[in-house]
Amino acid sequence: MAEKIEGSPGYAPGTRVSTKDIVENKITYTWWEPEVQYSWSLGQAMSKFLTGLKKGKILGRTCIKCDRVLVPPRMFCEYCYGPTDAWIELKDTGTIETYSISYLDSDARRIKKPILIGVISIDGASPQHGFMHYFGEMSEKDIHIGMRVKAVWKSPKDREGAITDIKYFKPLEGGEKK
Amino acid sequence: MNDVAIIGGGMTVFQRRLKETGKELSYLATKMALEEAGITKKDIDMVVMGSAPDAFDGIHQKGENLLDGAAGAGKPYVRVFNGGGTGVFAPIAGWWHVASGVADIALVVCEEKMGNCYPHPQTAFRHIWDPILDRPLSPNLVWLFAMEMNRYMTKYNIKKEDIARVAVKNKRNAVGHPCAQLPDENITIEDVLNSEMMAWPVQRLDISPPSDGASALIFCSKDKVRQFTDDPVWVDGVGWNIDSTMWTNRDLSFPRYVANAARMAYKMAGIHNPRKEIDFAEPYDPFDYKELHHMEGLLLCNKGEAPILTREGVTERDGNMPMCPSGGLLGVGNPIAATMGQKICELYWQLAGKAGKRQIPTDPMVGVGQAWGDIMQMATVAVLRRG
Amino acid sequence: MSRKVCVIGIGHTDFNSITPDVEWKELMYEACQKAYVDAGVDPRKDVDSFITCAEDYLEGFSIFDEFVPDQIGAVLRPCCTVCGDGLYGLGTAYMQIKTGLMDVVSIESHSKISDLLTMGDILLHAFDPVFERPVMGPVERPRYGGSPEYTKEAPKPLVGSTKEKQRVHPYFLAGMEMQNYLRTTDTTEEECAEVVVKNKMNAFFNPMADYEAKISVDNVMGSEYLFTPLKKLDISPNVDGAITFVLADEKTARDLGVDPIYLSGFGWSSETPWLSTREMFADYASRSSQMAYKMAGITSPKKQIDIVEVDDRFSYKELQHLEAIGMARPGEAGQMLMEGELARDGALPTNMSGGSLGIGNCFEATGMQKALEIITQLRGHAAKRQVPDAEVGLAQAWRGIPSGSGAVTIFERGGA
Repeated sequence: MAEKIEGSPGYAPGTRVSTKDIVENKITYTWWEPEVQYSWSLGQAMSKFLTGLKKGKILGRTCIKCDRVLVPPRMFCEYCYGPTDAWIELKDTGTIETYSISYLDSDARRIKKPILIGVISIDGASPQHGFMHYFGEMSEKDIHIGMRVKAVWKSPKDREGAITDIKYFKPLEGGEKK
Repeated sequence: MNDVAIIGGGMTVFQRRLKETGKELSYLATKMALEEAGITKKDIDMVVMGSAPDAFDGIHQKGENLLDGAAGAGKPYVRVFNGGGTGVFAPIAGWWHVASGVADIALVVCEEKMGNCYPHPQTAFRHIWDPILDRPLSPNLVWLFAMEMNRYMTKYNIKKEDIARVAVKNKRNAVGHPCAQLPDENITIEDVLNSEMMAWPVQRLDISPPSDGASALIFCSKDKVRQFTDDPVWVDGVGWNIDSTMWTNRDLSFPRYVANAARMAYKMAGIHNPRKEIDFAEPYDPFDYKELHHMEGLLLCNKGEAPILTREGVTERDGNMPMCPSGGLLGVGNPIAATMGQKICELYWQLAGKAGKRQIPTDPMVGVGQAWGDIMQMATVAVLRRG
Repeated sequence: MSRKVCVIGIGHTDFNSITPDVEWKELMYEACQKAYVDAGVDPRKDVDSFITCAEDYLEGFSIFDEFVPDQIGAVLRPCCTVCGDGLYGLGTAYMQIKTGLMDVVSIESHSKISDLLTMGDILLHAFDPVFERPVMGPVERPRYGGSPEYTKEAPKPLVGSTKEKQRVHPYFLAGMEMQNYLRTTDTTEEECAEVVVKNKMNAFFNPMADYEAKISVDNVMGSEYLFTPLKKLDISPNVDGAITFVLADEKTARDLGVDPIYLSGFGWSSETPWLSTREMFADYASRSSQMAYKMAGITSPKKQIDIVEVDDRFSYKELQHLEAIGMARPGEAGQMLMEGELARDGALPTNMSGGSLGIGNCFEATGMQKALEIITQLRGHAAKRQVPDAEVGLAQAWRGIPSGSGAVTIFERGGA
């Protein structure tokens, strides 16, 4: 029983375990690795979008009622809840809405060369409509919100219909204006 | 609508790893709450479990696995879930069990066992991303918050040191908390600014730690509450709200969904001027900038004003509008759903005058607690009142 | 407690063993839009609260709640996930409406189980990691015997590789329970087979069903033993689909001009998660039905309830559940079936929809499938499978292997 303390919580139950306790095998544990595999159906909107990427095109979807151009595209508009209307080809240029310089990989391992990552709003779509991607050919000092960027594509034979058919976004030549 | 009071709370130690299993943690927190309320398992009509991703505990349908520890065996038992918002959402669900008249006494238990996940809880977070658009980029959870923090800082021209002040305040506030994982009375702004860079602008001390832990609360109908206490703390308002999944189609500089949830809760509580009528708050602070972001979302100050108020000391425990007097997630720890302990249990303990060393000196009457979850899109808000 | 709660809209997709043409969002959108049109509500204005019933591992997400709001119309509205069967969602909506805080609530649940390639191992992942999983297959430990803290070395199994491991399929638990059920109630395997024959036949008259078949008891008895005494045809096959309900308080329903069906009672209950101490008599169904009867003011369920849909994901479960909810004495359900009482013109028409055996196992949407049939019947829209003069119906569901949790709802036409 943990020691009584004035006020609430009146005591603090639970046994703290340190990494040292584990490494020195001072506690017992069990281990299990599940077999976890999924194959998500892409559906109407994402199938077309990814097929577009394979062809080197960024596709959006229009909602006439809300006067929106959606990218990533959806078959329904989340604001009016109606079906969206038509496909539209967008440019492969855009503006950095926000970004991060990451020294972590996806398992929280430390990495030396940072990953530049951020959200790009795509030219031709509604304001602040875009997706997340990597940045390249720029330094940690150059990158800034509002920076104009352009997609760098994989060569057509390497494209497979995935978001990674774009390698990264690089600074757009010709500067800062839209 | 039946009035609903809180009559007991409990909370385990929060720590990166605890020896106890999830069931055992649920049991420990439940036992404390039952003791504080002066009741036993048989008095409980129904149980609500709050717990975030199954992948942390490593158990599919983990609500089912935890239920015996949470006094749920043989009772109506349900698990609600909205990511990080669960810590305040589970008590909201507890509220409607009683307010609807379906239960007289409902127990809410929140549990998280992040230490189970190998090699790191971050590995489970990899699966919160969109499988088609985001996961192929091998994202890390911290990226999201780095991008939101950057947007917030840039839009309102906020300096990092003003954000670091929140981490300092909360880790110092946590010093009086018996369950705290990272209390530090000597921490300075420089310590935060010099800590390891994780994903710019987020540094190590900007982040709350992953933790194991559990917390519990007992909700009681007005008809029965006088059997247990003369001085109940009431649930006055609840609100919750979700924004679009498409976070890359939203302006991240202001959490409009938090504002919507707050308005819903304030309306129900009859609060017209939250800045005047609310005495203190427990906004969700998994990252230091989030406390500021959420103060603004909770309509407790203007957009971009929260860092200034923090610099002026308004949000200190003895300030005009104390924020996270518990020590928050930054100081006490972040076992996702179990942060009900800092967000709602703390409101209850403060309003009941039971917060011991953490007690706000100004005799608060009304407090608001809030949590935030999913992919920067879910807000859950509760307003509690004394007397 | 004066507010009455009613169903004002239902919608569902087709149910298919695979749905490669739509993603989960589009599947949900279809069911929701149909339910909103059925109820005559605009989700962006009229629906106060949204609920989805889902489990993370079945969907393949760590926080599935994120990927819900857009397609159900819930953006910038109150919305949450209940980790349970769809009936738990109906119960949650019921409570929200009873508080007076919400007038109109939408509840969605679905199965997109065809996206999940390793269902058996996921269900195994629901067993207790300390006491139960280790006896169900080889347990791997990191060879360095050590720290779950991050190391660069990947964990290696002591024996074999991840690909080669042989783990038991979790449905063994249903085999064990069936064994117990047959023995303690003197029910026969043939009687269980008759459930399959009946439900697959009923499914012919339900256009949403995917597994209708004209088979005989001999077909079932001749199918392969998978988890003795459970045979292949005793097990409901998986199916994809989505179902949405719209609930409202009575006044709002009247204002909308809808002829409401009342949700007059619901109950839910959980048994211990410890398999070794669970009694395997579907105690969850007994308790939840008692709670629901009490709430609905039902004192003599067999007399007062006209039609039931019970969870039949394994053939014996239909009989076991009928007994647990008080529609038959232990051991009597099989006899009732053989005497035709569970048929459309019998005393207690059961699983007229075709049930999970005829429609397919829709996982967390199972209870909703049951409730959907009751609503369709009470509205008189069930065409060839319509039970005449159905006034009161009961839907029951269980959370599946390996849980001991379930819920019951009671619906009534006219005044409750």
